[in-house]
Amino acid sequence: MKLVSAIIKPFKLDDVREALSDIGVQGITVTEVKGFGRQKGHTELYRGAEYVVDFLPKVKIEVAVDNGIVDQVIDAVRNAANTGKIGDGKIFVYPVEQVVRIRTGESGVDAL
Amino acid sequence: MENQILELQYAMDTFYFLVCGALVMWMAAGFSMLEAGLVRSKNTTEILTKNVALFSISCIMYLISGYAIMYGGTAFLIGIELDGAASADLVTSAVLAESKEAGFAGGSVYSNASDFFFQVVFVATAMSIVSGAVAERMKLWAFLAFAVVMTGFIYPMEGAWTWGGNAVFGMYTLGDLGFSDFAGSGIVHMAGAAAALAGVLLLGARKGKYGPDGQVNAIPGANLPMATLGTFILWMGWFGFNGGSVLKLGDIASANSVAMVFLNTNTAAAGGAMAAVITARLLFGKADLTMLLNGALAGLVVITAEPSTPTALQATLFGAIGGVLVVFSIITLDKLKIDDPVGAISVHGVCGLLGLLLVPLTNADSSFSGQLIGAATIFAWVFGASFVVWMVIKAVMGIRVSEEDEYEGMDLVDCGMEAYPEFTGK
Repeated sequence: MKLVSAIIKPFKLDDVREALSDIGVQGITVTEVKGFGRQKGHTELYRGAEYVVDFLPKVKIEVAVDNGIVDQVIDAVRNAANTGKIGDGKIFVYPVEQVVRIRTGESGVDAL
Repeated sequence: MENQILELQYAMDTFYFLVCGALVMWMAAGFSMLEAGLVRSKNTTEILTKNVALFSISCIMYLISGYAIMYGGTAFLIGIELDGAASADLVTSAVLAESKEAGFAGGSVYSNASDFFFQVVFVATAMSIVSGAVAERMKLWAFLAFAVVMTGFIYPMEGAWTWGGNAVFGMYTLGDLGFSDFAGSGIVHMAGAAAALAGVLLLGARKGKYGPDGQVNAIPGANLPMATLGTFILWMGWFGFNGGSVLKLGDIASANSVAMVFLNTNTAAAGGAMAAVITARLLFGKADLTMLLNGALAGLVVITAEPSTPTALQATLFGAIGGVLVVFSIITLDKLKIDDPVGAISVHGVCGLLGLLLVPLTNADSSFSGQLIGAATIFAWVFGASFVVWMVIKAVMGIRVSEEDEYEGMDLVDCGMEAYPEFTGK
């Protein structure tokens, strides 16, 4: 099992959610996050004075899936979240040791 | 029949006065929202507390001493319900006699209680101007202590010299010199700004506002929808501020004057808003909303000195001059390191002065020299007296919170509660 974690542009969240549903992913976790990468921050203006916004708002989604569909999930997120412009985000994949469904006590792949 | 018509006129003029007073009272909500929108969220509860408390203090202090100092009469408004009559039974006949003497189209006759109500909300307006300029760093109770002196003594003194018609310390009478301030560009707005400037100079800038090499750092306001709502509330309340200052509605000439005042007040705000946003766009490359809001208020302040004599086009242009001036004034004050989070000194002080100086262009009864002497008198008195009072408060209890408290926010330090506690994750 793997945990796919992706940082994406917030306005792409709906597209990514739909793309994941289409390939059968049954649940995702979404967090509003801030940070910077190569896009860096940007400057804003208030009453004539410029100020720098260092950390840009992004959305982090996390999906735990079976090994078999990891590549599909990565492709789905990549295709849906891609605008071709700087700041589109990154996808991280981690190994997952164990998953337990709290309601039933099922574990492993059954709990996904 | 004549008596009944005069009674109706009295009732209408009193009613008009009261409704206009209620509109001006609502400006307290406008100032609250504008200021709460332009400070950081950690200072929201405190600025709202200040605004409600200063309004209440103004009402009480003007009742205790302010009205008596400004217009004569007794402290605590004792006997105000008699309207100058010897006893309650004689009120109607006394009012009718006064109305007949004034004539149907003559000077306004209205209830003395309505006069107090209309005047007291102006005091609160002047005091509201101070709270925005000293926001985010002044101790709550130091501010409220100042409010007591400002509304009970400092403002009523200059009000007595202007609208009250008294000589300035027995030396000269402003009215005789050709000074004219219809609804208070100088008497209310510039006075509030003068008190604010004295406070800001003693208080210093917010931490982090100005960098070591003279750079000006932005401290963005937390809630621009709230600031916009506040501006619209002020804009609406201003119809009472200027419209009520005609003092009479009940004959054709007065009704026409009221209509012209409403029209000019509105169009001056529109002119000020557009002039300010275009100026900001040309200077900064962006349409700065906060400058647009300040521009609308600048237009309103400018026209307040004389909204009845300009043509609609003149009123629009006067407002527009204020809108341009306010942007440059805000930039200049920042260069001088005079930190005013909401732009109150520029909007009410600089544009209040401009409003006074524009009066002689359309009102032949006023003179430039009279306006200059009046403005200098008001500023010198309010600034000087305020400076002394701020100094005393500073010596006794201090006026500024500690650096750590300023960082934590005034809400927790002074009020013990946050404005948006659910966002803290506790």
